Amino acid sequence: MDRRPKILLTDDDPDLLEVFRETLGQLPSQPEIHTATSGARALAMLEAEEFQLLICDLKMPKMDGLQVLAIVRRKYPPLRTVALTAEVDEQFRSRAYALGVDLFWHKPATEQETKMFLECIESLLGRETEGGFRGVQSKSLMDIIQLECISQSSSVLRITNGSLSGKIWIQDGDLVDAEAADLRGESAFQKILSWKAGNFEMLPAEPSRPRTIDKSYNALLLESAQAMDESRGVVTAEGVPQSLASPLAQLSKFEGVEFVLARKAGQEGYQVARGLENPERMAAWAQQNLVRFRRLGEQLGAGPLEQLEAFGPQRHVTLACREETEFCVGWQPTLAPDQVRELMKKLLALWAS
Amino acid sequence: MGLLSLFAKPAPTLVRLPSGSFAVDRDGRVLTGTLPSSFPASLVNDIAREVRAAFSEAAAAQLPLAEFVINYPSLKISARELRGGAIIYLSPKAPSSPMRQS
Repeated sequence: MDRRPKILLTDDDPDLLEVFRETLGQLPSQPEIHTATSGARALAMLEAEEFQLLICDLKMPKMDGLQVLAIVRRKYPPLRTVALTAEVDEQFRSRAYALGVDLFWHKPATEQETKMFLECIESLLGRETEGGFRGVQSKSLMDIIQLECISQSSSVLRITNGSLSGKIWIQDGDLVDAEAADLRGESAFQKILSWKAGNFEMLPAEPSRPRTIDKSYNALLLESAQAMDESRGVVTAEGVPQSLASPLAQLSKFEGVEFVLARKAGQEGYQVARGLENPERMAAWAQQNLVRFRRLGEQLGAGPLEQLEAFGPQRHVTLACREETEFCVGWQPTLAPDQVRELMKKLLALWAS
Repeated sequence: MGLLSLFAKPAPTLVRLPSGSFAVDRDGRVLTGTLPSSFPASLVNDIAREVRAAFSEAAAAQLPLAEFVINYPSLKISARELRGGAIIYLSPKAPSSPMRQS
């Protein structure tokens, strides 16, 4: 059976495609390389056959790379994605990571950069053949750390979770240090492991990083797993996760809240509703707007919809997504927008806790 | 020479998320705005269409609204209802601050 990974390269410049085809042809995994000269062509090829990796230029006419990547991330979650650009604008880097790309890389200009680029691509392809996981968005960060340690790797993992960011230093398969906000060492490591979603980026190793972690990675991962198990809810007899049902009753009693609807993303209808006699109409409105503004976010390349606030004379409404749960919260109209924002933050924090 | 010269590609331009505002009337026509001309008119129209649809569907659902704030990781869109049309503000968000290097 042919185990050669398949890479789809997308760039509007045919000469560049040829250069990259030749360059990537040198990879030890000997990937099968296909090319597309437009975003639309790339999407058609992805529809027609399975690829392991998409490498996409950002600057393309008609449909730019950010738009392509937004669609790809939604339609083909297991596909690994690399954004490639000659742009040095930090806005594009942050937008690409907000879309959940595995790697953002400036087009290599030197032999050394090309070598590092090829190593990263080979690493991404390697993970696919070893069982497959992609960033912390869909898989556990524990898996990534465990693999890095088992394979005796040296690297720096940079993990971002919304506005939070952390780093974990691994040297020859040992956890050496971690940093998150003001935390260092084991406490920073545990903090990062408690994030349930986000993106990660693998940076080159820093062998000179001072050691602040002395425990083995197994011991630390075990401690984190225990902490996560303890915080996980159980399922009620009705099949509704307790973590979804009972806290919602608390949320609906929150200051200023008129109603709360919640559902697990991807499921039909709202599973839990509090404070509305006839939730279907509100649920339909919320769903329409989530779909509408997610689509607009993709068109703009602005990243996934985080929160939508609507203010009116009869009531205010906030739509938000947290950890695969979609919320629609109604507020008393007497509240000012800033109050709604603050209360929504508290409400989501209460939910998360 | 290496790959350096081959990777220098002048066009097309990647669209930066703009800062500015524009007004749209009840028929969906963009009346006036402060967005940079580099931001494509098609995207301005897409935003206007979706925002107007959101306002009108809210009214149809008996949830009259005066203002929307839509938050993305890279962009905030604020829209105020204006006699059937809307005034729409776009504000790109600063990238999350990089990790402190110690």
